[in-house]
Amino acid sequence: MSQELFAWVADLVGRRSAIRLEPGKEYLVESRLGPLARERGLSVDDFVRRLRAGVAEADLVAVVEAMTTNETSFLRDVGPFAALRSHVLPLLRAAGATDRIRVWSAACSTGQEPYSILMALSDGTGPAPPVDVLATDLSDQVLERARAGIYSQLEVNRGLPAPLLVRHFDRVGAHWQVRAELRARVTFRRHNLLDLPPPGRFDLVFLRNVLIYFDLATKRAVLDRVARALRPGGFVVLGAAETTLGVHDGFERVEAGPAVLHRPLATPRVSTGSGPTGAVGSLSAVPTPLGSPFVVPAPTPPLPVVSAFAPPTARGVG
Amino acid sequence: MRALVVDDSRTMRRIVAGTLRDLGLETTEAENGAVALALLEDGLAVDLACIDWNMPVLDGLEFVTQVRARGWRAIALMMVTTESEQGQIVRALAAGAHEYLIKPFSPDALRAKLDLLGLRPAVVAGGAA
Repeated sequence: MSQELFAWVADLVGRRSAIRLEPGKEYLVESRLGPLARERGLSVDDFVRRLRAGVAEADLVAVVEAMTTNETSFLRDVGPFAALRSHVLPLLRAAGATDRIRVWSAACSTGQEPYSILMALSDGTGPAPPVDVLATDLSDQVLERARAGIYSQLEVNRGLPAPLLVRHFDRVGAHWQVRAELRARVTFRRHNLLDLPPPGRFDLVFLRNVLIYFDLATKRAVLDRVARALRPGGFVVLGAAETTLGVHDGFERVEAGPAVLHRPLATPRVSTGSGPTGAVGSLSAVPTPLGSPFVVPAPTPPLPVVSAFAPPTARGVG
Repeated sequence: MRALVVDDSRTMRRIVAGTLRDLGLETTEAENGAVALALLEDGLAVDLACIDWNMPVLDGLEFVTQVRARGWRAIALMMVTTESEQGQIVRALAAGAHEYLIKPFSPDALRAKLDLLGLRPAVVAGGAA
């Protein structure tokens, strides 16, 4: 694809999603837009040329959607899920987490991640620990899919153990739907990672395979915000190939069985202005009214269903 | 690491075995459950069996039952079949299958299943000649 066409797509996606497609990501544009172009009987280049000539808004939305939707599957990179019950929860409890664990699945795409979290926690070896899962994404369209919890045969084939499939899904025609009781335990909400984090504090934030889309300054800004959204002792879970090294020096790496977690350092260093490249944009300097990461969380509206597990007393951090 | 591919369709065997070889496994093929069982009884050592459901002589479900009855615990048993009803998956798991892959499947899906079964071939496909 020509530099000129790539630049046009990068600009469109950048303006609408804050995701930065740097030169070198041409392959990504080609592969993501390939299906849309083929549907229209066009090459990717011709498809982009036609878009540029000015056509339907719907096509532009479809392009941004295709460029920003996360590749995902159930239990993708199984480590963090395998470790949840055995390693991660005990660490959280040891750090004083309350009875109810709050998990934020950030950039949850079509919902495989939040459902995987719940499936991993209710593994049949005892009562599932009470967990609130908030799942957010930028795209209303993927959230709609996530809420419905309906997946194709191909999607459930990929990475979902058969015992979990039959335990948590029902066959609906040619598709599989997450059972209502599991769906009811996830709250889906639209959220832009560049905005302030959702209210309340979380014990765990899954932020996997999404930073890759951002430039360095934006990665830092997002990690800053996520650090502030964590309870003391809470962790961030990044993608298997991701690290905070060279991106944000306010985190330490913690191994928990098969999972690698990232914990904010007790006194977070200010990461703005002193990065290795010095190319820190305005985003990381956006003031965050939340201040210290360790302020007592504001009361949050209880999430449905799981709130039934909540003890009548303390919700605060001990 | 060796896989036994049990399917009465030669084309299907070729596809499944080819995908497994791309993922770094060695393969042996059998055209039904009885042939597969005979191979195992003759001492063929395999880490994985990929098993079609509907086959003449001895079908996949019966093959799984027989393998379990003989106590061969080292073999990971995966149904690879077009049978996709929930009740059938439940039956196969109850009979002793460890995993269940519904046809058609992508190489990615097969690789993910191998991961789930703890089978990590030494050579992994993906660009390498």
